[in-house]
Amino acid sequence: MRGLRKILAIAATLAALAVLNIVFESGVGGFQVNPYYARIIDLIGINITLAVSLNLVNGLAGQFSLGHAGFMAVGGYTATYVTVAHGAAIAGLVGGTLDGGAGAFVAMLVSLCCGAAAAALAGFLVGVPSLRLKGDYLAIVTLGFGEIIRVIILNIPAVGGATGFTEAIPLTTFFWIFVVAVLTIVIVRNIATSTFGRALEAIRGDEIAAEAMGVRTTRYKVLAFVISSALAGVAGGLSGQLFANPLNPQQLNFMRSIEVVVMIVIGGIGSITGAVFGAGILTVLPEALRTVDQQFPGLRMVLYALLLILFMIFRPQGLFGRREFGWSWLRLPNRTKIPVALSDAADARQHTGRRPVDRRSTLGGSDTDD
Amino acid sequence: MTDARGPLLLDMRGVTKRFGGLTAVKDLSLQVPRGSLFGLIGPNGAGKTTIFNLLTGVYRPTEGEIHFGGRRVDGRRPYEIASLGMTRTFQNIRLFPDMTVLENVMTARHLRSRQSLADAVIGTPRHHREERRTHERARELLAIFGLDGLADEIATNLPYGSQRRLEIARALATEPALLLLDEPAAGMNPQESRELMDLIRWIRDEFSLTILLVEHNMKVVMGICEQIQVIDYGEAIAFGTPAEIQRNPAVIAAYLGGGH
Repeated sequence: MRGLRKILAIAATLAALAVLNIVFESGVGGFQVNPYYARIIDLIGINITLAVSLNLVNGLAGQFSLGHAGFMAVGGYTATYVTVAHGAAIAGLVGGTLDGGAGAFVAMLVSLCCGAAAAALAGFLVGVPSLRLKGDYLAIVTLGFGEIIRVIILNIPAVGGATGFTEAIPLTTFFWIFVVAVLTIVIVRNIATSTFGRALEAIRGDEIAAEAMGVRTTRYKVLAFVISSALAGVAGGLSGQLFANPLNPQQLNFMRSIEVVVMIVIGGIGSITGAVFGAGILTVLPEALRTVDQQFPGLRMVLYALLLILFMIFRPQGLFGRREFGWSWLRLPNRTKIPVALSDAADARQHTGRRPVDRRSTLGGSDTDD
Repeated sequence: MTDARGPLLLDMRGVTKRFGGLTAVKDLSLQVPRGSLFGLIGPNGAGKTTIFNLLTGVYRPTEGEIHFGGRRVDGRRPYEIASLGMTRTFQNIRLFPDMTVLENVMTARHLRSRQSLADAVIGTPRHHREERRTHERARELLAIFGLDGLADEIATNLPYGSQRRLEIARALATEPALLLLDEPAAGMNPQESRELMDLIRWIRDEFSLTILLVEHNMKVVMGICEQIQVIDYGEAIAFGTPAEIQRNPAVIAAYLGGGH
């Protein structure tokens, strides 16, 4: 029963994405989506994958990684290189070409898998030594890793060096972007709601207690890191093969990593729903502010920064806090603080069967109790 | 089951722990029979918590061996020791913050959850079955500890006494053979301590546990422990039943600071 429902849900999602893909990529009956808007929606999809995957490490496991752009670069360049160098051959295996149909599909699938594998390997190599470190050290190591990757790429002429990987074949479509985004959300959500998600949350909360309760802390941190890196690699593969959007080292510097961190902070760190909204807001906001630039050139980024600062001042927990959107949205568990006085009173009653004295009444309502 | 002369569950043999020039535990041997309620007492700084940290793998002994259930466990990682059936509570309560009461207990079922990461990612029937079982077991434990009404509260918001009970419930969720309680009565009023004593005795019988207890509250220790080991400055100074310990001159001297 559950299996059947799941298959139906998968089929419905794929069908919906395929239909939307036609609308976005080629238009329907004279209706054409404005390419500018289509591009923004594509970028939202890629950013959703990045933000939700980073949320697994930074939000759920509580490890502060600043290297997401690095893993995106490793995966992106690998995937793009696979199609540039071997794409035609891979497409030929199924008797197709890179122009479309089964050939392009298989080439894209293989390239994204290669990107995921390369980024996962990078994640493993960076994660094993650095996840033994605590707190800020991981941020420093991952930040350094991202910069090293960027400098290495700058010096490889085969992938375009400083000019970027302009030979990339534009195989990325709306369909691919959103299949990956949905898949990322499902994977991260399923991990988060399982015993593994609780283990990661336990690591975030108290590593010593987590280990004492049987959680293999280092192993799970590395595991989360590897999965997160692999998904970032896929996002890189999508980004690099998007039409007229070649990967280049400048675009993958540490500011890109920080941008993804800001997405999950704005959305509410630890919340998948928050990461999705954060990715949306941070992709749209700088574009929406372009209208300001027409009148006051240069003001756009000032306003952007100001809005982020104001948001953090007035809603430091982010848009969603740690909560998730769900069908039970209206009856979420009450996670607000119990007033201490009230809980102590309840406890006292439970143990002595006596009602605690109301201090205010014994003071006769005087103002001195404040 | 509660035969105090039963086979040994825990056997510490000549364990020494040095931190640089400081010897926190010195040539200590400790034999805890299966099914017993065993007390470990000593004045402040005697090394009781260090012993717990040695047993649970937080520290590695400088010398000596620790055997648990017939296996040598010294030098193993804390999660391995937990999976072998030894769990603890902490002197300074260490609940998982921003988790609910229920989630705290469910987290500790991690060891007993028979599912792979792939099961969880795909959402296989096995995953759903295991999650349901985890939830049911956690609920049962909360009911036993009178915490079921607080299941959805954030654990660290509970009153102190309830947090201590929750820590015991969480430790029991790992299905241990040996439960180490580090000052469970700390911060409790006399009424709460009395309830705690009944609870400890009851869970020992109900879950066929062996319990090793570190406690400062002498009423609790003398009231429930069958055997007591007294340590001072990391060394064993006395061993016996509560009645024997209460009469032991070395113990009285250690606690009252006399004897010199």
